[in-house]
Amino acid sequence: MMKPGTLILHVAARFLVPLQMLFSIFLLLRGHDEPGGGFIAGLVASGALALYLFTFGAMMTRDLMRVDPRNLIGLGLVIAMLSTLPGWAQNEPFLTAQWWPMTLPGGTELKLSTPLIFDIGVYLTVLGTVMTMLVALTETEER
Amino acid sequence: MQLAVLAIYLLAALAPWLCSKHREQTSRILALLPAGLTLWFASHLPEIIAGGKVIQPYAWIPGLDISLTFVLDGLSLLFALLICGIGTFILLYAGSYLKGHHHLQRFYVVLLAFMGSMLGLVLSDNLITLFVFWELTSITSYLLIGFNHQDDKTRKAALQGLIVTVAGGLALLAGLILVAIAAGSYSIQEILGQADVLRDYPFYNAMLICLLLGAFTKSAQFPFHFWLPNAMAAPTPVSAYLHSATMVKAGIYLLARLSPELSGTELWILLLTSAGTLTLFTGALLAIRSTDMKKMLAYSTVMALGTLTLLLGLSTELALLAFSAYLLSHSLYKGALFMLAGILDHEAGSRDLRELAGLRRLLPVTALCTALAALSLAGLPPLLGFIGKELFLDALLQGPAAAWMLALVMLSAISGVGIALLIALRPFTGELRAPKPVEAIHEAPKDMLAGPVVLVAASLLLGLAPGLVEGLVLASSSAVLGAEQTGYLSLWHGFNLPLLLSFVSLVLGLVLFRFWGRVRYHLSKLNPLFARGPEAGYFALMQGLVDLASWQTAFLQNGSMRNYLRVLLLSFAGLTAYTLLSRYQLHWNWEVSLYLHELILALILLSAAVAACITASRLGAVAAMGAVGYSVALVFVLFSAPDLAITQILVETLTVLLLVLVLFRLPSFTRLSTPAERGRDALVAILCGGLMTLLIMITIDVQLFPPISDYMIEQSQPLAYGRNIVNVILVDFRALDTLGEIFVLALAALGVYAMIKFRPETAPGANHSAGTLILPPKVRKSETSDATLSDSPSQEKSP
Repeated sequence: MMKPGTLILHVAARFLVPLQMLFSIFLLLRGHDEPGGGFIAGLVASGALALYLFTFGAMMTRDLMRVDPRNLIGLGLVIAMLSTLPGWAQNEPFLTAQWWPMTLPGGTELKLSTPLIFDIGVYLTVLGTVMTMLVALTETEER
Repeated sequence: MQLAVLAIYLLAALAPWLCSKHREQTSRILALLPAGLTLWFASHLPEIIAGGKVIQPYAWIPGLDISLTFVLDGLSLLFALLICGIGTFILLYAGSYLKGHHHLQRFYVVLLAFMGSMLGLVLSDNLITLFVFWELTSITSYLLIGFNHQDDKTRKAALQGLIVTVAGGLALLAGLILVAIAAGSYSIQEILGQADVLRDYPFYNAMLICLLLGAFTKSAQFPFHFWLPNAMAAPTPVSAYLHSATMVKAGIYLLARLSPELSGTELWILLLTSAGTLTLFTGALLAIRSTDMKKMLAYSTVMALGTLTLLLGLSTELALLAFSAYLLSHSLYKGALFMLAGILDHEAGSRDLRELAGLRRLLPVTALCTALAALSLAGLPPLLGFIGKELFLDALLQGPAAAWMLALVMLSAISGVGIALLIALRPFTGELRAPKPVEAIHEAPKDMLAGPVVLVAASLLLGLAPGLVEGLVLASSSAVLGAEQTGYLSLWHGFNLPLLLSFVSLVLGLVLFRFWGRVRYHLSKLNPLFARGPEAGYFALMQGLVDLASWQTAFLQNGSMRNYLRVLLLSFAGLTAYTLLSRYQLHWNWEVSLYLHELILALILLSAAVAACITASRLGAVAAMGAVGYSVALVFVLFSAPDLAITQILVETLTVLLLVLVLFRLPSFTRLSTPAERGRDALVAILCGGLMTLLIMITIDVQLFPPISDYMIEQSQPLAYGRNIVNVILVDFRALDTLGEIFVLALAALGVYAMIKFRPETAPGANHSAGTLILPPKVRKSETSDATLSDSPSQEKSP
């Protein structure tokens, strides 16, 4: 169904996809204070990859992603689970948030925390979920 | 003690690695741990015999009153010694018995996991922890029975065992919770001494029946006894360990453990003594019918379990002393006998008593051990079995037992003697006969003989010198009695009624042995009766379950999307409306003030929804639904919920993308329903929409609880260092919910993937094996359960 050689889409995708991916990471990182967060960022990233998918097809999208989207789901779940453990190690209830704020050389404050790790897990799970469905559908279409 | 259980589990995890490294030596290495634990537990003997208790507290989930506190008293020590001691020999035995089996590693893992669970079960002080270990033994038992899983019959037997014990486990959980509610604690130590509270508890009867259902299913009491003989499909080491010496006694253990608090009421005595007697008698009747040694031993285990239940039911001081002595003697001789039956099977090629004879020269050690163990089974002096049996008869004669019980017990005792003689003499005396050629028959390897020899030697030694074990038996029965137990163990009690009864049963047992063939022939006339036994009830129940499932599947989940929606929406509307109308009055609140832009948005929403309903093209419907979605996103924006709005817009966009991909696969957009059906659907829609409107009107007016949002807004910055409350709730305050949700998301993705990628290779409805796993082959009836599958339209295939 995807026609090869739609020039505008090709060019636009090449520029838009990296930008949108960057934007999704921006949304992920700022999510704790401003609108955003892992779920939204994951959807934005899926939008970016979906654009790429529609433009260049499933094969090239797989090449771009390098990991199978299904593995992304598992990775996301593992990361989310791992973020629950530090609280445990501190003898606090399961999932208690831990914060490790630090100041970078330039004076920027960096707030590392288990909620951030958890959010990264959510991000990857959402991205993996959407891409698993889209890639699978596209592949049956292409066959 | 927690470490002991943990060590066994860890060893289970390491077993495959050890197995690949040390091969044949694995079983000996693995056996070191239970052997060491046996010694460790034995080192506590003096303290326990002196009346002490070892308590090792460990908090697990204090908020729910669940702990991993372990307690060692007389009863748990007796069990722990049996579990670790017999377990040591079982491991050695299994190493030889299953030598070269390509799943030996798996066997070690599950057997050790079982050992750990069983040990945890008898040491737990907490009722919930006890239940967890209880279920773990059920699951490991399932895996062990089904070890030879290629065999259809084996799988069925395993599943039957699992279903019966786990169904009982459910009842048990209810019973344990009732106990905890009545006593105000899940800790057995704290429940101790609250006997009056428990017995006067208004739900005492329900509580007791729930507990008994759990214990009776696990310990194969009548009418749940049928799963145990079927479980003999397991490899012999498993039968020897789980299904005679340890797991099946878990139910007995539980009853004994709670006996100080619950026993003595009329219901307790009635249920336990009658179930025990019936189990004993059923076991005896079925045992004498069998010709397979293992089946015979399984039924005689059923007899022993019945005896133990009967003794607990009598709950006199003497009965509980007999209980502990009988428990110990039974575990010793029955473990040995099972292993010996396995040796016969292994070396001579059969376990059928009709096919074996005259093996005493070829298998001298096996013959001697079998004879001694069988003497203990028959309850003859000078073995430990005799002491147990004398005490049992004495307790029965002195206790509150009815005459019919006495008669059945006597008949069973005769059958017991007959079985013992058959097992001891049949395979070893007379003209040599065996399926294997004579040259191939030789004595079993040392590892296999070690267990029987040691266990039989213990039976003999403890029979001759009961003083050695008197302390442990007394300590154990003190724990069951809940008070200091007095009494003594002795071979000779003088000429008394129990001795006379023993003598009579011995003589009649000899007669039974002599005329075994004829007795079996006469018993075979009862076959139609046995075929209509409790097991038939089990199969009928299973059949009913399958029928119910296919009926409700056809009714509720017939594969039509509209049907699913209707069922979901109507249940939602019905339940909500019921709660709403029964608890709160209707609220009519029409005083709404709208800004102009809000009014316009509402109108767009409404017209888009109407358009979606009446449009004649699919693309039109999609576009209209998109308009609804984006309008809702705008509503979120207007009421300052940017996160929700962004999410809504993104989800709408991705939905469009997904639709684009599947649009060409969908069937043509035609009207499939009649006007009447459309009217009905419209009614459902109006019902749901009206209900939602009513709900919102009520939520505006009625405030049931102070809203939690204030707390979230206040605490978001100080507690979670975040200004975006939505995100703080998602990843911090309610992170557990989110964790659950992403798992659901992942599962949904895998489901979609499976549906797209893995098309059925055969046509729907071609799978006729559904449901046969739980049913006997004769009543196979899979057409009904498959009929529903073929209803689902395979529209995806049409272009």
